[in-house]
Amino acid sequence: MAINWYKYSSPAAFYPLAGRLIPWFGWSAALLTAIGLVVGLGIAPTDFQQGEAYRIIFIHVPAAWMSMFLYLVMAFWGAMALGFNTRLSAMMAQSIAPTGALMTFIALWTGSLWGRPTWGTYWAWDARMTSELILLFLYLGVIALRNAIDDPRRADRACAVLSLVGAINVPIIYYSVKWWNTLHQGSSVSLTAAPKMAAIMLTGMLIMSVAAWFYSIAVSLYRVRAIIVERERDAAWVNALPEVRAT
Amino acid sequence: MIEFLAMGGYAFYVWGAYGVTAAVIVIEILAVRARRRAAMEEARLAAPEDPTPTVVPGGAQ
Amino acid sequence: MHATGTEAVGVSASASEAVDRAAAGDAGGAILPAIRWSLVRDLRIALRSRAELGVQLLFYVIVVTLFPLATTPERNLLLTMGPGVLWVAALLASLLSLPRLFAGDYADGTLEQIALSPHPLPALVAGKILAHWLTTGLPVVVLAPLLGLQYGMPGDALLVLTVALLLGTPILSLLGAIGAALTLGLRAGGSLLALLVLPLYIPVLIFGAGSVDMWRAGLAVAGNFSLLGAGLLLAIVGAPFAAASAVRIAMD
Repeated sequence: MAINWYKYSSPAAFYPLAGRLIPWFGWSAALLTAIGLVVGLGIAPTDFQQGEAYRIIFIHVPAAWMSMFLYLVMAFWGAMALGFNTRLSAMMAQSIAPTGALMTFIALWTGSLWGRPTWGTYWAWDARMTSELILLFLYLGVIALRNAIDDPRRADRACAVLSLVGAINVPIIYYSVKWWNTLHQGSSVSLTAAPKMAAIMLTGMLIMSVAAWFYSIAVSLYRVRAIIVERERDAAWVNALPEVRAT
Repeated sequence: MIEFLAMGGYAFYVWGAYGVTAAVIVIEILAVRARRRAAMEEARLAAPEDPTPTVVPGGAQ
Repeated sequence: MHATGTEAVGVSASASEAVDRAAAGDAGGAILPAIRWSLVRDLRIALRSRAELGVQLLFYVIVVTLFPLATTPERNLLLTMGPGVLWVAALLASLLSLPRLFAGDYADGTLEQIALSPHPLPALVAGKILAHWLTTGLPVVVLAPLLGLQYGMPGDALLVLTVALLLGTPILSLLGAIGAALTLGLRAGGSLLALLVLPLYIPVLIFGAGSVDMWRAGLAVAGNFSLLGAGLLLAIVGAPFAAASAVRIAMD
């Protein structure tokens, strides 16, 4: 049973496939989130140093991981779009950007609320949070560029170039911010130290990370279906869709 | 239950974090559904009122 | 912008002639002649509007002057702030002048000619970037030590600052060119360019401004300079290609 994967590189073929995948990823994400919350908020013990405040990491760390991972995936689809000139690759990149930005925001918000009780300040200018903030700027730049260009094909290619340039720069930016932070450390404690992880805490973080990943996949697939309809709306197959005819 | 909600005195921070995250997720889901609805609406409006039969997948007409 | 209508036509005509002449010269190994051609041309055009260059430099001076006025003339604070302010102002000055890189040629059609020429576009873009740095970055490098005196910086710190700016400002032009090409002809133009390019500038800012802090702390500055140098080499090799592809994307 040889699956012709190339068949799915056409928006028309991918649309129904994505539609079938969304419920699987969506409900799995919901289930994993429920389990993760039970583990994180209920089963995992109170931290000796940070008290209950540490429970924020069950959102903060998965969100931060997703924010970085999604940027790389977005840049990957951009590279595919540039290399193979496929519309669908560019549409995938287009659909990932808002979710990635949102994950970055969540990481920043939860990180800030975690920092206040733990280190006394909402914003500590530590390497990871500062890099995360710059990552948010990179995401917003890609989104802003997409909105500023009217021609979808030009937008596809421009955003692909931008996200590739950004992807190359992310490690450089992180390294430079880390260097800057150590240069000015002074008397501040090591702000990147998370509590010593009991195994159950790690499990909780892992479950929430997979949940975040599946959620991102589900939302991106849902969004890309809307994008496909937006951009292919003159195609006959779109007009034949029951959802379109029924509205 | 009250202890759970109090989160050892850190209720503001913990629930502030979890709460905003939940809100943001809900907003994203609502937004993406609204985008889909708008796309369907636009596609319907853009559809040519074409009586001539065209070959379409699924045999719909 | 710099070119008036008649001037633009003249420039456009001479551009296609010059490109044809250069093409007739040698087809292969056309990199250095291409760089030289666009460098000389852009320098000539920029120097025609010396006033505009002067204004950009004045912007730099004014921004640097603003910070003590906004904070305090207290000596120690100025000493701490100085390198950072001089660097941030250099970033902003670079941003301000970047649209000039492609916009004029884009508006009068020359850029299309350049893109269609048989010469490698990355080389032509590299020449433009070099011209941009010579007219924007280099003056900042020359002026910064003088302005550093306003911040009470001693001679050795000023030397470190100057070397860092010498290594860093070309990187600003190189990275900025990518942003300028991506945002060619867009309405949002300038502020969008800033949003795209400033995050990429941050490592240059950190290592550049940080070199003076390192010097003051008595630590070896060679590491910073090596990093800036490495970044410069990476940018020289990569940015013209990225900018050239961005130009092609904008032209289609």
